[in-house]
Amino acid sequence: MALVVLTRAVRGHPVRPPESGMVRRRGLWTRIHLDPWLLLMLLTLMAAGLAVLYSASGQRLDVVIAQATRFGIALAALVVLAQFSPATLYRWAPVVYGAALLMLVAVEVMGDMGMGAQRWLVIPGIIRFQPSELMKLAMPMMLAASLSQRELPPRWRDLLVCAAIMAVPVLLIARQPDLGTSLLVLCAAAFVVLLAGLSWRLIAFLGALAASALPLLWLNMHDYQRQRVLTFLNPESDPLGSGWNIIQSTTAIGSGGVFGKGWLQGTQSQLEFLPERHTDFIVAVLGEEFGLVGILLFLTLYLLIVCRGLWLANAAQDTFGRLLAGSIVLTFFIYVFVNIGMVSGILPVVGVPLPLVSYGGTSSVTLLAGFGILMSIQAHRRLLPR
Amino acid sequence: MRANASDAVTPRRPPPVQPLGGGRYGFMLVLVVLALGVLVGRIVDLHVIDRTFLQGQGDARTLRVESISAHRGMITDRHGEPLAISTPVVTLWANPQELPPDNIQRLMLAQALGTDLNGFNARVERYSEREFMYLRRQMTPEAAQRILDLNLPGVYAQNEYKRYYPSGEVTAQLLGVTNVDDRGQEGLELAYHPYLAGTPGKRRVLKDRKGQLVRDLHLLREAKPGGDLVLSIDQRLQYMAYRELKASVAEHDADGGTLVMMDARTGEVLAMANQPSYNPNNRAGLDPRGLRNQAIVDVFEPGSVMKPLAMAAILESGQFDRDTVVDTSPGWMRIDRYTIRDVRNYGELDLAGILEKSSNIGMSKLVLQLDDPLVADKYRALGLGQSPETGFPGEATGSLPAPVRWSRSQWAALSYGYGLSVSALQLASAYTAIANDGVRLMPSLLKLPEAPSGTPAIDPQVAHDLLRILEESVQPGTGARRAGVPGYRVAGKTGTVRKTSSEGYQEDVYRSVFVGIAPVSDPRIVTVVMIDHPRGGEYYGGAVAAPVFSKVTGSALRLLDVPPDQHDSASSTP
Repeated sequence: MALVVLTRAVRGHPVRPPESGMVRRRGLWTRIHLDPWLLLMLLTLMAAGLAVLYSASGQRLDVVIAQATRFGIALAALVVLAQFSPATLYRWAPVVYGAALLMLVAVEVMGDMGMGAQRWLVIPGIIRFQPSELMKLAMPMMLAASLSQRELPPRWRDLLVCAAIMAVPVLLIARQPDLGTSLLVLCAAAFVVLLAGLSWRLIAFLGALAASALPLLWLNMHDYQRQRVLTFLNPESDPLGSGWNIIQSTTAIGSGGVFGKGWLQGTQSQLEFLPERHTDFIVAVLGEEFGLVGILLFLTLYLLIVCRGLWLANAAQDTFGRLLAGSIVLTFFIYVFVNIGMVSGILPVVGVPLPLVSYGGTSSVTLLAGFGILMSIQAHRRLLPR
Repeated sequence: MRANASDAVTPRRPPPVQPLGGGRYGFMLVLVVLALGVLVGRIVDLHVIDRTFLQGQGDARTLRVESISAHRGMITDRHGEPLAISTPVVTLWANPQELPPDNIQRLMLAQALGTDLNGFNARVERYSEREFMYLRRQMTPEAAQRILDLNLPGVYAQNEYKRYYPSGEVTAQLLGVTNVDDRGQEGLELAYHPYLAGTPGKRRVLKDRKGQLVRDLHLLREAKPGGDLVLSIDQRLQYMAYRELKASVAEHDADGGTLVMMDARTGEVLAMANQPSYNPNNRAGLDPRGLRNQAIVDVFEPGSVMKPLAMAAILESGQFDRDTVVDTSPGWMRIDRYTIRDVRNYGELDLAGILEKSSNIGMSKLVLQLDDPLVADKYRALGLGQSPETGFPGEATGSLPAPVRWSRSQWAALSYGYGLSVSALQLASAYTAIANDGVRLMPSLLKLPEAPSGTPAIDPQVAHDLLRILEESVQPGTGARRAGVPGYRVAGKTGTVRKTSSEGYQEDVYRSVFVGIAPVSDPRIVTVVMIDHPRGGEYYGGAVAAPVFSKVTGSALRLLDVPPDQHDSASSTP
């Protein structure tokens, strides 16, 4: 029942056309193109994330400071991107997409070897950069721009164009190999198409197609990726090897109980039983030290962010904004779902961080940049005449 | 503004919102909530439903119960002098997986341990699949600290205790030994292990993945140190007895010997020495024969020293008195198909004479006139053929045949100490009846809080008479004269027993035995001396064992501050 009410609320268009001839007074927040609620929730999340990170990193202040610095850069990206009007983004979408695609090709050709996978583009002395991160934003921008020019729901021809836009980068990223990111990019793209009003029958058909493509996917996977899937299906098969992460993380989460062992008191995490504990597996630390309550609080915060994001997306005044905003918010949620699902053992291990909590810079910048776009769409809407 | 841009021209601005989209957002929200529901379900599952299991798993990875060594109790003599003490030592062990692969560090470690690098590497190689190997057990704390100060990874220390025996070979067999794990293996260390060992403590600790101690969580059980064991032994007498026994065994080139000195009033063993012996503090090159506490675990045919005890039965029968005279000529007699001999023809002897001359014929003739198996009953009442109940591991009960269908020769043999076997300890205990007005005292290896009441075994008057007779039989001019102690009146009986082998009695292989009581006026100690196979001419109890008794008893009486009771003799203290 509650769901229905919630759904109604979202469905109902909150934005009415402004009264003729009258412009509403613009508040401070609107003037700087930021959404205070969303910003508040994001800042709360980041602050809490830093606290967990301090514990997860083995109480290393330098790690926390490095992460805070990245958050600073990411917040700057948010503010800057919020200043661009959706129209600008719309115009630049093909350029950004093209550039990201070119860089992906460049990585493919001359990529730096990093962590066993070619993901990084290095301009020596200046920057190390993952083009796939840029693609996370470029992809929905491009698709939203493309679809918003069409009549919706999209027709077959449009979908084929979308498929082409989608396929090349996703495959390039998957080849790096970076399954996690390619899935995230794929999701971002899929959300645009879904939100654009793909017919249910088509969704069902594509779903079936995807399912039937799974064996094909299996054949094209790297050994370590297959190993991860096998491990996911039965972690006990190799408890000391690839199953270790999952067994340890579920153990850590479960041993926290309802209220947890307290900050900095987790034995599994503090005693280095838990691998990758300050990056992808940080939820395990959260679960062990703050218990069920801690995880539920974080999940609630994520849900609030998603709700607010969907609200803003739904309130957008043009199709491009709506599709882009929706995709950004839902992709954000996919991060959360895949990460927690993986750590708690219901999804295979895919390298997806817990947004704004896991240690790692690039993803926070991308995520907050995405929220910057979201806020821009929100803040600029009243400037757009109907 | 161009609200409806054509497809052909790329619009400057995004086209306005189209219908149809709204429902999708609601649908997506539902999906998001559903997905969150799945996550929450899983998390709840892990936290609440699997919690006990997973917490156990979590604890199993980090919580360890460690044992704390308990201090093993001290063994002291009756005056608190330490005989066995535990000193703290450090055992070094290593986790071969964590040892540095680098040869320079290994060389440092090997040198500190006193081995060469190749040997050390070979050992590490052998344990390379394991996570534990001893580097060196039971080092002194200082030596161990020097190695720990090298700060090499994978090297750990464990605090333990090592047993040290200040009196070394003197008390070796009595105390026994503990093994490297501090468990009693022999002797009293084994008998009283549970009491001495105490209870190791337990503590719960938190360890990280590398096994390093992170936190001491709490003490589950305090280590309860073992109790101290106070023996009946008097260390001064023990040293002296051991020294004299060892000297005698060396002098006579004997196979070994044993000595038991017992408090005649309480049954407490004041000294118990054995030869051969060994050094319990350094067991390299140990002679296994030295491990036996012969005084308790070994039995022998006692021979003539049984005659006074048999005589007790003879006197108690009422058929004879001290003036009874027995004709022992011509120095031999036949019983059934056996011939018994005396050393020579003693002619007519009274009862005292029979004991003094140790006449087998006299004893046999007397015993054969008794109707009932009185001698065997007396022996049994004196504790022979029964456990001395000291609790010493492997204590011998000896053998005393049941009196069923005995032949006359067996009757007779029993009276002069053949056909049964006893331990030195049993013999000493039996003699306490003579020393203690007929009341026999059970032997005790532990200091007794008060004198036990004992069991009446001999008529007091008979015991008194026997003591006098035995005093006479060590007077100057007798075969046992060398048992005399200047300044003290002593009583005793010699024995010279042919040793048996699998082929029966051996020619020229003897045990030389002496049992004595001193001082006669108020007996304080009973001493049994047995020298096994003395070589080189002398083998009579009076020649080999009696001098040991003399020296030991003399020193013991002086050490015990017993006032001399002989003032008239020429041989009194100068």
